[in-house]
Formats: sequence, structure tokens, C-alpha cells
Amino acid sequence: MNSERNFALWMVMPAAIVVGLVVVWPFIYNVFLSFSNMSLLHIHDWNFIGPRQYEKVFSDTAFYTVFGKTLVWTVLNVFFHVTIGVALAVILHENIPGRRMFRTLLILPWAIPAVVTALTWRGMFHYEYGAVNLILSKVFHQTPIQWLNDPIGTFAACVITNVWLGFPFMMVVALGGLQSIPKELYEAAMIDGASAWQRFKTITLPMLVPVLTPAVILGFVWTFNKVDIVWLVSNGGEPADQTHILVSYVYRAAFNLYRYGYAAAGSMIIFLLLVLFSVTLMRKTREKAA
Amino acid sequence: MYLKKIILFLVLCAVTVMTLYPVLTVVTVSLRPADRLLSTSLEIIPDDATFQNYVTLFTDRPFARWLLNSTIVAAAVTIFATALASTAGYAFSRFRFPGYKVGMSMLLITQMFPATMLLLPLFLMLAKLGLINSYIGLMVVYSATALPFTVWQMKGYYDTIPRELEEAAMLDGASRFKTFYLVILPLAAPALVITALFSFLTAWSEYVVAAQVLLTEDMYTLPIGLKQFQSSMTTEWGLYAAGSIVVSIPVIILFMKLSKWLVSGLTLGSVKG
Repeated sequence: MNSERNFALWMVMPAAIVVGLVVVWPFIYNVFLSFSNMSLLHIHDWNFIGPRQYEKVFSDTAFYTVFGKTLVWTVLNVFFHVTIGVALAVILHENIPGRRMFRTLLILPWAIPAVVTALTWRGMFHYEYGAVNLILSKVFHQTPIQWLNDPIGTFAACVITNVWLGFPFMMVVALGGLQSIPKELYEAAMIDGASAWQRFKTITLPMLVPVLTPAVILGFVWTFNKVDIVWLVSNGGEPADQTHILVSYVYRAAFNLYRYGYAAAGSMIIFLLLVLFSVTLMRKTREKAA
Repeated sequence: MYLKKIILFLVLCAVTVMTLYPVLTVVTVSLRPADRLLSTSLEIIPDDATFQNYVTLFTDRPFARWLLNSTIVAAAVTIFATALASTAGYAFSRFRFPGYKVGMSMLLITQMFPATMLLLPLFLMLAKLGLINSYIGLMVVYSATALPFTVWQMKGYYDTIPRELEEAAMLDGASRFKTFYLVILPLAAPALVITALFSFLTAWSEYVVAAQVLLTEDMYTLPIGLKQFQSSMTTEWGLYAAGSIVVSIPVIILFMKLSKWLVSGLTLGSVKG
């Protein structure tokens, strides 16, 4: 039994050492930073100043606006990822000619590097030469939209980009879930005369929920923290620092404004918010399951 | 019944066109001659298509160097993260050792770290160690982000492999490590492939960290290089588009080749316990 335990420890050791050095230690360092006044001005002569950075974050009105935007951003994205992903998975699960080709093509956005996705969509939202406005005016005869000069337009552009990027993941997860539903259930329902919608509501959806729940929780957390799309599509928060979610706001505080202590406190707050969210979410789903 | 199939088929076609359209625009722009990059036409393959942008990329710009940088960093992170995760994930799946519970919850908790949580302290530490603008600096930060998820992912897959297999091998006299190496690891191939793919993808296409850690043009990875073409003053659309194609193609090929493993290798279902 002792050798078993030693074996386990030897197997974990390499990863544990690395995680300790590059995850745990920086995390502790970040906690210290968040109670300090470190910035580019005070990089060597910094002091502990207690919870003052946290007070600063919470007394910033910008923080609350950005927090609100982050929630809207996350909910919109996860909602569209799940609905589009599940809808496509259900269609792909039917016996349709070319379904394998469609499946491969529809995974494409997941395969493309996020930086390419973001910068390409930024180009597509260009007022004069962007494909989005060209299609709007040439095909649908609408007036072009000022996407990237307007806070709401930019925010919408970020959401559209991220929806495009993220639905294949949910689609793949849902496809996996659909494969595990026994065919007999549908056959029985057909015999009982259930309509397609009834079958979806009473068989497909309830069977998918346990598969989708972990994916949705992870999706929520990942989207909440998805800094690259927002940062690159809005070119660092333009116009006038109006387009931010919490992470990009903190990223800017750290690396453009060099407010290290403030940014460290911001990171801690985002982290604690997320822990709170996911604990409640998991508890809720567990209650439902029970 | 046929009507329903036709409607679904058309819906799929429409969604696929919308999905592919952005990709096609990049292809189009990359083939346009430099004098009419900004065009209001919506055609896919321009009449005067040319590969000039691709040539310029490699002859006039340090694009080959960026390609090399990205390859080195991504390959190192992939090998490192997959190797460590394959052993640690196994231990987490099969044994209850001191620190098991702390370890497991830590793996989950790190998923809630915002990018800045580790980036800022690591950045300050790297600066102190003089590792800013180096491969190692970037590899350290990428491993920090990749490892927890890869360990979790591998553990989830090992959980689905029945224990009887190991017991049988050990009854035949194989050692613990031999059993793991010769029996379990080959069975975990789908998860290994997916884990490697994700580590590679993260390192290959990461922008936010690289933008802070890399300072000089000769150290840039591809994402930073691409952003360079799209600066706020003048955007070199042709070069950007050609570069994007070069950056995306290896990843797309990898992804498509491995996509049949995605459904089986992705063990999110086991997150619930």
C-alpha cells in the first residue's frame, strides 16, 4: 500500500512542482500585490497599504458599468452558443445528405486562431469597406451602421464575433450527448403519436441537460474571462474606453496604465465573483437533479 | 418527410455559408493585388488574383522568423503540458493520496482565474529574472494556463477506463509504471490527442500574454506579428490576410484531421464528478 502511494506521488510530482511554481506562487504574489501600492512609479519602493486598492475599485463608477456589460456579454454569448449549438446538433443528428461535410465545415470557427477571428471581424465591421456594411447596403438595401465608432455598435460587434467563434464547441458537446440517447425512446414516442416538438421537449432536451450543464458552467466562466476577442475587436477598449468587460478593464489597468496594485485587486474581485457564481450555479443544478 | 429534410438541408446550407463567409473574405483579400486592397466588391476570387502578398510576407517581412518563434513555443508547451498531464491525470484518477482533495479543487478553481490573475505577477517575476522577451518567459506563462485544464481533461478520460485492465496486467507481473505505460496510455490516445491539440492551439494563437512578454520584432510570435499589420494608422490588409491564412492553415488541418476524436476525447461530461 505504501508503494502504491509513493507511485501516485511520483506521478503527480512533476505537474505539482510546475503548477506550484507557475500557478500557486504567482497567485499568492497577486494576493500580496492587491494589498500594495505597486505601480510603475513605485516599482521598488512599494508598501503594503491594506485594502485600499479594493476600496478604489469599488468606488470607481466605471467598475459597475463594466461589470454590467460583462454580465450582458456573458449571458448573450452563452445563450446564443447553446441555442445555435443545440439546434445545429439536432439537425446534424438527422439523416441529411452531406451531414458529415456540414459537421466538418461548421467546426471551422473553433479551429481558426482567435486572433485571426477577432482581427478579421474587426475588418469586416469597417464602416466603408467592411463586408458587414457592404452586405447590408448592397444586398439588403439598408443604411450602413457605424459599428466601431459607437460604444453599442462595438459591443455588438464583439458579441457577434464571439458567437461565431463559440457555437461549434456547444454543437460538438450536444452531438456527443445526442449520440448517447437510445433510439428506442424516440420509437416508443412515435408509436404514442408524439409530435416532433413533443419528442424534442420530453426526450432530447431532458437527456441533453446533464451533458450540457458542465459545458454551460465552463462556457459561462470562460466567456466571463474572454479578454482577447473584446480587446482585439475593440482595439483595446475603443471608442474612449467604452468597450470593456472586467478582464479587459483590469488588463488595461495593469499593462497600459501600470497600476499594478489596483489591477491585482481587480483580478481578485473578478475571481471571487466567479467562484460565487459557479458555486451557486452548481448548487442550483444539483438541487434540480436531486 | 422529404419536405422536412429539404428544409433542414437548406437551413444547414444557409448557416454554413454564414460560417464560411468570413473565412472566404480573408482568402479574397489575400489574393488581391496591392493597389486595390480596399474594395467595395463582394466577389470571392478576384479577376486579377495574385500571390504577391504571400511572397512579400516571406521576403520583405520577418514572417518566417515569427513562424519559427511560434513553432518553438507551441511545440515546447504541447510536449511539456501533455507529458505532465498524462501522469498527473492518471494519479488523480486512480489514487487517493495526501493533497488529493486540495489538488482537485485547485484544478477547478484555476479555471476561474482571469487572465490577469497570473499574468501580472508572472510578468513582474519574469522581469525580475530578466526573462522578458524570451521563449522561456512565454512558455512559463502558457504552461501555467494550459496545465490545470489538461490534467483535468486527462483525469476525466482515465476515469472511463475500467480498473480491471490494470489489475489483470499487474497479476501478470507488470510493475505499476509498466502497466500505466503499456496498457493505459495507449488506451487514452483520444484524450492525449485532444489534450495535445488544445495545448498547441492555445500557444499557437495566444495574443494577450505575448503582447506583454515579447518586446522586439524578432521575438514576436505569429499573433503579435499579425496585429502589427493592422495598426491604427495604416492597415496592410493584403499582408494581414495572407498572414492569417498561413497562420490558420496548419491549425485547421490539424483540427479537421482530429475532429473525429473530439466527441470521444472531450470528457466534459465527467466534470460533474
